[in-house]
Parts: sequence; C-alpha cells; structure tokens
Amino acid sequence: MKHSYRILPIYTADVSGICSALYELGGMTVIHDPSGCNSTYNTHDEIRWYDQDSLIYISGLSEIDAVTGNDRKFTDAVTRAARKLHPAFIALASSPIPFMNGTDFPALARIIEAQTGIPTFFIPSNGMHDYVRGAGAALAQIAEAFVAEAPSSSPSERAAGRRVNILGMTPLDFAAPGQPDSLRRLLTGHGWDTVSVWAMGDDLEHIRHAAKADVNLVVSSIGLAAARVLRRKFQTPYVVGLPTGAFTDDVLAAMERAAEHGENQYPCMERSASCDADASAVTIIGEPVVCGSLAAAFERRHGIPVRLLCPLEQLDEVLTSADIRVQGEEEAETWLKRSKAVIADPLYRPVCDDNAAFYPLPHVAFSGRMYVKQMQDLTAESVIEGFSQLLL
Amino acid sequence: MLKSVMDFSDRGAEDAALYDRSSVPGSPASVRMAEASFPAPFSPGLEFNSPVHGTWNIVHTGMLVPEAHQIYVCAYNCMRGVVLTAAEMDLADRFSYVILSERDIVLNSLEDVTIDGVSDVIEKLGRRPPAVLLFTVCVHHFAGCDLRRLYRELETRFPDIVFVRCYMDPIMQKLGLTPDQKLRKAMYDPLPLTDADPTAISLIGNDLLLDETCDLKRAVADAGRRLLEVPACHTWEEYLGLSRGTLILSAWPTADYGAIHLANRLKRPYRYLPSCFGYEEIEQELRDLEEALGAAESSFCFDAERAACDAALKEALDVIGDTAIALDYTFHPRPLGLARLLLTHGFRVETVYLDAVSREEQSDFEWLHHYAPELTLTSTNHVCSRVLPRNRKQCLAIGQKAAWFTGSRHFVNMVQGGGLWGFDGIRRLAGLMTDAFLHEKDTADLVIRKGWGCTSCI
Repeated sequence: MKHSYRILPIYTADVSGICSALYELGGMTVIHDPSGCNSTYNTHDEIRWYDQDSLIYISGLSEIDAVTGNDRKFTDAVTRAARKLHPAFIALASSPIPFMNGTDFPALARIIEAQTGIPTFFIPSNGMHDYVRGAGAALAQIAEAFVAEAPSSSPSERAAGRRVNILGMTPLDFAAPGQPDSLRRLLTGHGWDTVSVWAMGDDLEHIRHAAKADVNLVVSSIGLAAARVLRRKFQTPYVVGLPTGAFTDDVLAAMERAAEHGENQYPCMERSASCDADASAVTIIGEPVVCGSLAAAFERRHGIPVRLLCPLEQLDEVLTSADIRVQGEEEAETWLKRSKAVIADPLYRPVCDDNAAFYPLPHVAFSGRMYVKQMQDLTAESVIEGFSQLLL
Repeated sequence: MLKSVMDFSDRGAEDAALYDRSSVPGSPASVRMAEASFPAPFSPGLEFNSPVHGTWNIVHTGMLVPEAHQIYVCAYNCMRGVVLTAAEMDLADRFSYVILSERDIVLNSLEDVTIDGVSDVIEKLGRRPPAVLLFTVCVHHFAGCDLRRLYRELETRFPDIVFVRCYMDPIMQKLGLTPDQKLRKAMYDPLPLTDADPTAISLIGNDLLLDETCDLKRAVADAGRRLLEVPACHTWEEYLGLSRGTLILSAWPTADYGAIHLANRLKRPYRYLPSCFGYEEIEQELRDLEEALGAAESSFCFDAERAACDAALKEALDVIGDTAIALDYTFHPRPLGLARLLLTHGFRVETVYLDAVSREEQSDFEWLHHYAPELTLTSTNHVCSRVLPRNRKQCLAIGQKAAWFTGSRHFVNMVQGGGLWGFDGIRRLAGLMTDAFLHEKDTADLVIRKGWGCTSCI
C-alpha cells in the first residue's frame, strides 16, 4: 500500500521547502497553520535557524477561526507583524486545514499588500506535497516578482567572462558547510562569474540582478521552476546538472553550448540506460538532479551505470527512461532490496538487502538534521572516491 | 574569587542579523512585571518557534508505554516532525504511519484509508505489539471522520491489540484540551480494573522519574509503600500494573485531567501534587500526601527542611553573587514561583521567559507584580522574539530557552522540572545553579536536542 510506511521517514513537505528557499532573502514567510509546521521545519530541516535570523512564523490557526472563516484575524496578524519588522516581501503558505476549507490565499495576499504596501504573494502549498514543489514555486515567485530586465552590460562586465546564476541550492539538498562557495569557486576557475545563488549565501539584491546571467545552472530540481520563469522573461537558457567529479566537464560543456546556442541542456540525463536490465545494479536514491549528476560522474569514471530511483513527485522533466519513480515505502524497498550496492541516505538502510554494500549519502530533506555533521561537499571529487572505495 | 571561574568571553552563537534590532528595548515581546496582565501578558499574533527542543512531545511521551507501537495518520508536513522525533530517539522501529493525500481528504473515505493503512502497517510489522497508540489528526476532525467506526473495525480485525485513542489535533488546543493532555489520559485507558496492592502508590503522567531523594518519595517510603512510576515500567505487564496503586497521584499539570479520569474509573483516591517552590505550598502538599497515605504523624520536620533550603540557597548565592539570572517556563511549569523563591533569597533575577501565566501561578504573579515590578517577562513565541538580541552572555540561565535567548553558556540544562520535587528539589536546584555558574556548557549542541533525557542520535 503506497500510503503506509513501516519504518522509512518521509521527505520534507512543500511548506518547509518554501521556508528554506526564501530563508535568506529578507522577507517574512507565514504558514497558516495551527501549530507544528514551524517547529517541524526549524527543528529538522533548517540548519540555519539557531544562528541566522529569518522571519518565519505560523498563524496559530484555531478551530473556531477555521470553522467561521475568520480570515481577518490572519490578515491583521500578518499586517501587524509586517509593520513592526519591515520585511522585503511577505510570502504566505498553507496547510491541510486551510486547504480543506478553501481559504482564498491570493485574495488574502492582496489585502495584506494593500494594508502594508509590501509585496505579498501566496506560494501554492498545503503541506501535502514534497519540498521540491514548495521550494520550486517559491523561487519561481521570486523570479517573477523581483528580477528585472538587466541593463546592457558594461565593457568591463563583458570582458570579465560569462555569467551564471546557480538555481536550486538550499540546505535541504546542500547542507555541507561552504557548499555555495565551493561551487562558486569551481565555476570561477572555469571562467564563469556567479551573479547569484538561489538561495544560499546571497540576498535579494543579488538575485534582482539575475537577468544579467548568460546561463542559469539548475543544481537541484528546486531550481527548475525559476529557470523556466527566467527563460520566459529573459530568454536565458538553463542547464540542469551539478558539476561534480568526472561529470564536471560535461556540465561546463553544456553551459558553453547553452550560452552559445540559447538552448536548454540536461547533462544530468546523459547517462547509460543499460542498468535497466541489470537487477543488481548500483542504485542511488534521492533528489534526481543531484543523484543523476553523481550517477553520471560515477559512470564516467568507472564505466558502470547507476540506477536512479526518484522518490519525489512530478519530476519527469529530469528523469531518463531508465530512471525509476518510486512511490511509497513498498516500492522503494522492492527496488532497494534487489540492489547489491546502494548509495542513499542512512535512513534507507533498514529496507536494503542486509548483504548489500551501502554508501551513506545524508540528505537533510529526508533525514533532517540527523547526519548534518557528516554532510559532504557534493561537488568534491571525494564523494565519487567514497562511492568507488565502498562499492567496487 | 569564584566568579573568575566563569568565562564570559564573547563566544557562542553570533547571529548574522538581517533585521534591524535598534527598536528592541521597546519590544512588544517584553513587558515589565508592573505592567504585565494576568494570565496573558502579551498580545496574540503570529507565532515564532525558537530552536530549543528539549521539552517532550507526544512521541516521546507515547514511547513510555512499553512494547507499544505508535501509528500516525496525517499529511506530509504534520508527519515529518513526529517521524523524525522517533528516528532521533533511535526508536523508528516503534513508529509507523499512514500518509493522507489530497485525494484521500477530498474524494476518499477517511475511515477506509485509515483502517486499511493502519491494518497494512500492523501486518507488515513482523510482530504483534500489545498496544497501538493510534494518532488521528485535525483533518479527521474537520472531515467528520467516524472514529467509533474506525476503532470498531480495527478492534475486530486485531482483537489481540489494544488500540489507544490518541490525537494530534493542535487546532483544538486553544479552546480545549491539548494533544498532550489527551495523550496523558488515553495512554492510561488500557489500565485494567484490578484489585489494589496495599503496598503500591501510582504516580501517573510524569515523563521523567522523580529524584530518589525527593520529599514525595520519602513520604511514600516512610509510609511503608512503594511508588510505581510510568518511566520505570519496562514491559507491558509492568505498565498494566500501574492500576494496582491504592492511591493515584499526579505531579505534572497536563497529567491532572487524565489522572482524574483514571482514579474515577479505578475508584481510587487521587491527589494532585505539583512540583512547586513555595515552602508553604510544599508543606501543604506533603501534609495532604501523608494524610492520604494514612500516616499517623508527619515524618518531616518542616522547620529543618526550610532551614536546609535556606542554607543551600545561601551557599549558591555566595558563589553566584549578583550575576543576572534569566529563567524560563520549559525548565519548570512554575517559572514565576521559581523567580519568587530566588528573589526572596537575594538572587538577581532579571528576566522570566514565558508566553502565558498558569492559573497555578496566580498568587506568585500577584506577589511579583507588587514586589518585583522591574522584573521583565519576555515572550518566547512573539513575532519580535525572533529579533531580540541574544547577547546577554554574562547571565546565568535556568532552562534551555533562557540559555538561547540570552546566548549564555552557563545554564541549568533541564526541562519539565526534571526529577525535582519539594524541599529536596530546591536544594538540588541550588546545586545545579552553582554548577552551571562554575562550568560552561555547549548551549548550541544541547538545547537543540529533542526530548531531554531521551536518546538523541543527532
């Protein structure tokens, strides 16, 4: 049964994705929820919460307000808070009960914006989808609302080399210390200047200038929706893939092609399909852009294909015909049990074959903060080294 | 001289502030005691949640039922917090769940989805737990789910399992019982009607064992009885034996509701004996307890107990001196009573972190209102609490939230009163304060861990 889970946890939800994506942008995010969403998010999914302030709140929705449709209480509370704290924008997120009673969030956003003069928008969500959908929609909204047409580049800017935005980087997928910086350095080393990182280590001001980029590099599926918006608004092509290990050159070449020809590129999908028939293939499970890129890097180095299992929703755009979507614990267990070698978050271990080689690849969006001290720089050669030593 | 041991160097969490803190002195997140209103000192609004997680939640408390399995039925985001609570406790094998989708809520029968999902989980467990704590949620309530049918069907399918009716429905808690209160009733519903054991007294509803030296345990032992406590139960059979107490006690505020139900059902006398800090209240509770135990005369010399507490607090004061003290409601459910105790013994209590004042603390509130008008009450969940400066490092914090909000590395790391009770608890507290003053702790590592006293895998 796809609904029931014996032992695996669940990927974090759309509302946590929204909060994570917008965390560093100076806005205020409000989840219309009775209790728990905020605690769940900040406890398990937000490794910045202790040290770095961000205005993320819940409304504390009560039964009587939900039953009577007392939206005024919500809009007044948001307005009062915004007048005290002056956020750059206000993002509203929903949860199951407002979903059930059909709360009209776009209307509430208009009311709050009229009362505060602060850009306010609803990020489609209800606490019933995975984080990619929420975080993706949040970054897409930022692209819609805040990125303006870039003025013509100055000669010095043109001389400086090609420019890129990194889209889809949040601690949910990239929790190693210094991850944004290491990717920036890698790109700089190959002649690419980073305009902005969506959304770690950069503020809204940097992101406003994202239209200056020649290419958008989508490093996780969280960045896809924003890439599409930027493509529509500014014709900026995007490249889907994470430069890592032996796969780095493929991504860089795809970026050059995209800049040259203006066409989107999907290097993370350029992997062998031969594992399809091999029941005991090396298997990786997780977010498909990161895992697809790691799989490609492993394959480039060893010539061994890696089967990719995608446990997340609606990501067909970045899956090959050989990749497998798994829904629920049973399907994941069925595929993982067949594999003689698995690369996965440590919490997948109980549903793998006892004799399978297991390479732990902690993922905050799955196991939360449990293994945050063991997070690896996903662009580093050492990750593929680690796979190789354990699995071969 | 001792003060030099305390290192107040500028360490600890430094916040990379995005927001202007210049208006903080007038923050609506703080109020002077003189202007504070009872029982709600702060205006309601959006709610902040600090990164301090030592207090127990319903998963931790539910795990106290030995050998039982917890099953939750809810949507993605509500599930995330509870499933990872169990994983961080290293008890994922005692926790399962059923995910509700949009389709389930809008189109399907919530009863059927729940029944089939729970049945599927049980069939896959590989063992039959004696009890399943089944948590339904806000969605079941709003959809008008027929819970009686649901449980009837599950009990028919699995007659060998006791289904404990639990709720994770925080939408109800502002005007009704909290999920925590409901759990502390439901988890005792399986206790059977049985003959009382004249040697046993049952303490219901505590998450943490009381200290062996505490007054309550001394009184029970002096009466020739033994105290049965929930956290000491290691098997289902032992747990069911809690119903054998001749007297039912509870000492935790949110346990009172369930303990009353249990005592009425078992037809046993009941006493609510909350941990507190007022000498007179402690004496009254001990007299009540000894009377309920049938003691001919008190085994306590109250004058000596008071004097010993005064001496212990004086000893602590000699070390701590006029160092500012901040304390919070997660340390103990009587933060104002604690502030009063410390102020009357010469300590410099500056701030109490709380969000509401318990009815049990009304007299302490009024006393502080009159005698400590400059004491500051600061909310932990107000919108402005997010941006309060956390740089009062030269402070002794009592409780995890006080430690985070002040940024202090000198704090008493305990939640929910720990095992403190009575005069003995006050003396232990004095020792804990001294130790916290003399030895710094890694606040950032400690306060983020869920469920103080439980295994933590992070």
